[in-house]
Amino acid sequence: MLAMEYRGPKRVRAVQKPMPEMKHPQDAIVRVLRTCICGSDLHLYNGNVPDTRVGSTFGHEFVGEVVEVGSEVTKVKTGDRVLVPFNIACGECHFCRQGMFGNCHESNTEATAVGAIFGYSHTAGGFDGGQAEYARVPYANVGPTVIPADMDLDDAVLLTDVVPTGYQAAEMAGIQTGDTVVVFGAGPIGIMAARCAWLFGAGRVIIIDQEDYRLEFARNYSYCEAYNFKEMNDPVVFIKKITDWMGADCVIDAVGAEAAGNTMQTITGRKLLLQAGSATALHWAINSVKKGGVVSIVGVYGPTDNLVPIGNVLNKGLTIRANQASVKRLLPRLIDHVQNGIINPKGLITHRLPLEEVADGYRMFSAKLDNCIKTVLLPPTANQ
Amino acid sequence: MKNKTIDPKQIKGWGIDADPKNDPTYPMRDRMNVGEDPDSKHRPASLQPVDTEVLRSIERPNVSAVFGTPEPPRGLSGMIRRAAFKYSENRYRHWLPLVLADRVNVVEGVVSDLLHGHVPNIYAEKGYPVEWKHNRTAFITKMATIALATAGVVALLSSGKSKKKAKKKDYLSRY
Ligand SMILES: [Zn+2]
Ligand SMILES: [Zn+2]
Repeated sequence: MLAMEYRGPKRVRAVQKPMPEMKHPQDAIVRVLRTCICGSDLHLYNGNVPDTRVGSTFGHEFVGEVVEVGSEVTKVKTGDRVLVPFNIACGECHFCRQGMFGNCHESNTEATAVGAIFGYSHTAGGFDGGQAEYARVPYANVGPTVIPADMDLDDAVLLTDVVPTGYQAAEMAGIQTGDTVVVFGAGPIGIMAARCAWLFGAGRVIIIDQEDYRLEFARNYSYCEAYNFKEMNDPVVFIKKITDWMGADCVIDAVGAEAAGNTMQTITGRKLLLQAGSATALHWAINSVKKGGVVSIVGVYGPTDNLVPIGNVLNKGLTIRANQASVKRLLPRLIDHVQNGIINPKGLITHRLPLEEVADGYRMFSAKLDNCIKTVLLPPTANQ
Repeated sequence: MKNKTIDPKQIKGWGIDADPKNDPTYPMRDRMNVGEDPDSKHRPASLQPVDTEVLRSIERPNVSAVFGTPEPPRGLSGMIRRAAFKYSENRYRHWLPLVLADRVNVVEGVVSDLLHGHVPNIYAEKGYPVEWKHNRTAFITKMATIALATAGVVALLSSGKSKKKAKKKDYLSRY
């Protein structure tokens, strides 16, 4: 089968790989119909996530058709079209039982702070991802959710990560009616978080980024104020100033370790790799929120970023309010919102590429070429 | 490109998920409406057979019920990874060797390609064709810089002097 394959920092290609195999009675094999390149894939692409092995297939955002199920699979059957949440969860362990599906303890042997994520390095479980014609989906009774017949596959694929993560970012920010919400990062997650902030009754939503095309997109899609930090001396002072010198009630970090904007962090984190990326956005978030306010982190950080395990604060869902999205918990509500026309996920998609052109897709997104916001990859067997 | 004044109430869905009880300082584990007492020892009934080498964090007693298997540790990078997994996730001795192993693994990948008679098309793997298409001027500048830097390094190396200094400056690794 054709699959994306990692060869080293900023080097990927599409190659023929063996078909995925069933390894566990609750496994399913899914024929991929749509898969996306995610902003957090760029951390892998740039070689910033430890234990990203050459030969791995990325892709944690995919929908597909079930083609094979193990003996213990009862909730989905061959022929079902499913959307597959990006986290792999058993549904039975201590954490899954609390609804913390992003923190499952029975899917990742290689690290305890991080749950397992499809196609996201061995630190996140060592599973191959969905940027391929077929994917192995463990715990098929828990994650995969049948796509409603009237739902567009392009909407469905964004429900595997972008919509729930953006939504949960807003939820975790504890937005109260009338609150001022600042979102750092106008990538797909940040744009979605800004859009969802209104659903929680925000009174004002502000998004900060360095790319004008992304800010313009966010203004239109999320109905928010959008500002370019390159035009500011200091984004923290700017936010204080436009919030009557108080700071924002809630700040969402939707950037993570690829942050630009701070020379020191860029040099130590992104160039020298002394830290797993740069923590500029988090730095700004903590400093621009009001006293007693809430910082919500969904940007991905490495395990030892800034010499403090801030990545583990996110991965373990500790109370600064930071977590990977519990997609499964949020899906019923979000599917409703999509079907009622309140959220329009596919409105984020700007590019569609055949899987064969995956290297171009990564370069385009990573270098922010051609006004790219979100790319969908179509495997040859998706045939539609 | 101007910010317009927004009346939030005009936005479709405004406030539909507002919940004054969504207090982020309240512990997550008590918000989840757990009907049963979570049993910390509970595991799925079936365990994936361990028929491949899977590295295990020393912060857990066992191999998780399912795990990924696509790229078992191999070669020099594999040896470094095995050594890293002797230390807990709390230690830099765990993470830094893993980052090093990743870099070694990249070289192994190229060697393995060549051994299989495949010369990797690094230009295409890096997605440069699309950079050429959408970002030509900057791309030419970047390539010219790399070429100049490479020429400089080659010149330094072939002059036989200050060999050590030239080796340290790996201009290419940034791209
Ligand atoms: Zn994603
Ligand atoms: Zn679990």
